[in-house]
Amino acid sequence: MPVIELQQIEKSYGPVQALKGLSLTVPRGCLYGLLGPNGAGKTTTIRILATLLEPDAGSVKVAGLDALREPRAVRCELGYVAQEVAIDKILTGREMLQLQGDLYHLRPAERDARIADLIDRLGMESWLDRRCGTYSGGMRRRLDLASGLLHKPQLLVLDEPTVGLDIESRSVIWELLRELRLQGTTVLLSSHYLEEVEALADRMAIIDDGRVIAEGTPDQLKQRLGGDRVTLRVREFSNEVEAEQVRQLLEPVDGVRQVVVNRAQGFSLNLVVDGEQVLSRLREQLDAAQLPVFALAQSRPSLDDVYLQATGRTLMDAELAVVGQRDAKQERKSSMR
Amino acid sequence: MTSPVATIPTRATEQGPLADLAQETLALTRRLFLQLVRRPSTLIAGILQPLIWLLLFGALFSNAPEGLLPGGMGYGRFLGAGVIVFTAFSGALNAGLPLMFDREFGFLNRLLVAPLRSRRSIVFASVIYITSLSLLQSLAIIGTSALIGYGWPSAAGLALVMLTLLLLVFAFTALSLGLAFALPGHIELIAVIFVANLPLLFASTALAPLSFMPIWLSWLASLNPLTFAIEPIRAAYAGGPLDLGGVMLEAPYGAVSGYQCLSVLFLLAVGLFLLISPLLNRKLA
Ligand SMILES: Nc1ncnc2c1ncn2[C@@H]1O[C@H](COP(=O)(O)OP(=O)(O)O)[C@@H](O)[C@H]1O
Ligand SMILES: [Mg+2]
Repeated sequence: MPVIELQQIEKSYGPVQALKGLSLTVPRGCLYGLLGPNGAGKTTTIRILATLLEPDAGSVKVAGLDALREPRAVRCELGYVAQEVAIDKILTGREMLQLQGDLYHLRPAERDARIADLIDRLGMESWLDRRCGTYSGGMRRRLDLASGLLHKPQLLVLDEPTVGLDIESRSVIWELLRELRLQGTTVLLSSHYLEEVEALADRMAIIDDGRVIAEGTPDQLKQRLGGDRVTLRVREFSNEVEAEQVRQLLEPVDGVRQVVVNRAQGFSLNLVVDGEQVLSRLREQLDAAQLPVFALAQSRPSLDDVYLQATGRTLMDAELAVVGQRDAKQERKSSMR
Repeated sequence: MTSPVATIPTRATEQGPLADLAQETLALTRRLFLQLVRRPSTLIAGILQPLIWLLLFGALFSNAPEGLLPGGMGYGRFLGAGVIVFTAFSGALNAGLPLMFDREFGFLNRLLVAPLRSRRSIVFASVIYITSLSLLQSLAIIGTSALIGYGWPSAAGLALVMLTLLLLVFAFTALSLGLAFALPGHIELIAVIFVANLPLLFASTALAPLSFMPIWLSWLASLNPLTFAIEPIRAAYAGGPLDLGGVMLEAPYGAVSGYQCLSVLFLLAVGLFLLISPLLNRKLA
């Protein structure tokens, strides 16, 4: 039985439709990556799982429980590490964790033993009795992870757990997540870092614009694409007309499967090709047409190519397109209880 | 990858809903007190301000002709009741602030993700915290005013003082918690508290008896809930036998007994809790 089953989830904030029929199945014991650019709907999905939001439509099952009918039972089974860490700066780490333990109704002895264990695993002994207000971002995140794990949930959900963190905190968190997985805890993490999902996840879904656009193991996703990637720039900054010319020139070349113009990257061209020999054929063709070559490189398909293939832009460009467009303050205000 | 071993967490034996409720409420209350102890300025200001009032106002009218106040009371003793009530009232009016900050800074979400037995424990914790804090502050003032010679109620009188304060604090805590959910942010909440504070004080019998006031103000003062708390406490300070059935307020609309004062406060507290109940249900659903 899967630990998470989301079916056809829809959710709007006023006129903004954040989720447009998102479905997701996470098997038990799996470390599952939710990859998508800013604004894709990751946080909305996770808040629905954590019973903080109700979807407008669709069904939500966590650990076999209907989260809309039995939210309290779901809360017992789930640990949640939010994207934005809300802590009480005036409490010490230990006091925060004790509060958390009491809210999950752990017996004090059990609670304190658990705190000691997690603090050890997260390497925060020397910080435990200092006020949270003095913590670095990495330390806060570790404290939050400890809070989420205190009651030994069978499912841990993390929303972009390593954004903006120092390298050491990041590796501590990665290590802990891997360890949890080995012990059988199901972990769902969202990220807009390809490397993170690639490094950690057994399975993954790519989500874009409120939908899942690809699902499987990272290898499956790459293999499904097939072929190799070639990036071509005839000059550093080309234009639409020229890029279109080149596209038409190269499309018929033997071994070229597909040519996509990447508008966001100075009208460079992304090709999907079969085999090694194609590169020399491309050069010949460009020479014959007396076109220069600024850059030409071949590579195995990456997760970014999976995203590019599905959406026509790279993850990075999707990310940049949203930067500065979202009003975090406004969003927080409108989602206040 | 899909391990067949279901990792059912090894939870200790269930401890029953009431114990759970007590545990979560206690933990939330403890947090509020920790905040208070680590940021003691609110507490200190909350005790110092009424004491300064007591000393300054008391001194201001210390040479007023005797026999001016009903029952021949000295002004300091008269004022004591007003300051005690005002302290409890301002404390209760601030009850919603921590909750408002938790809404604004997302800490409330952390509480809502946890499997609370009842989300009402968030409200219970605020009520317990503010009630004990207000009673503590009032006791400090009762003690000080006794020290500076403004008198001391009998045991029965003290019980009446505490009961009256309890009802008053419940009422205004409910109001403040309601506002904390109804208003958009702490700026608005602080503004409302600020605006409500002094007019309610001046339009009551805290500083002067009804007989000193123009008729319009005496109407306002004898409709003001603070007055219904001040008069029983003043009676407790008056010395002599306590008679709750006796007239405590000669309002323009008629005489009000001690029982009636307490009933008004009781109904106000119940009424305000009923009033905010749907709001709490909605916000904590
Ligand atoms: N509280 C909110 N009010 C209005 N719009 C919101 C709110 N939260 C999210 N959105 C919008 O919903 C979409 C999905 O947001 P989100 O789930 O936060 O995505 P992600 O976590 O992948 O960045 C975005 O377009 C975002 O601007
Ligand atoms: Mg997000």
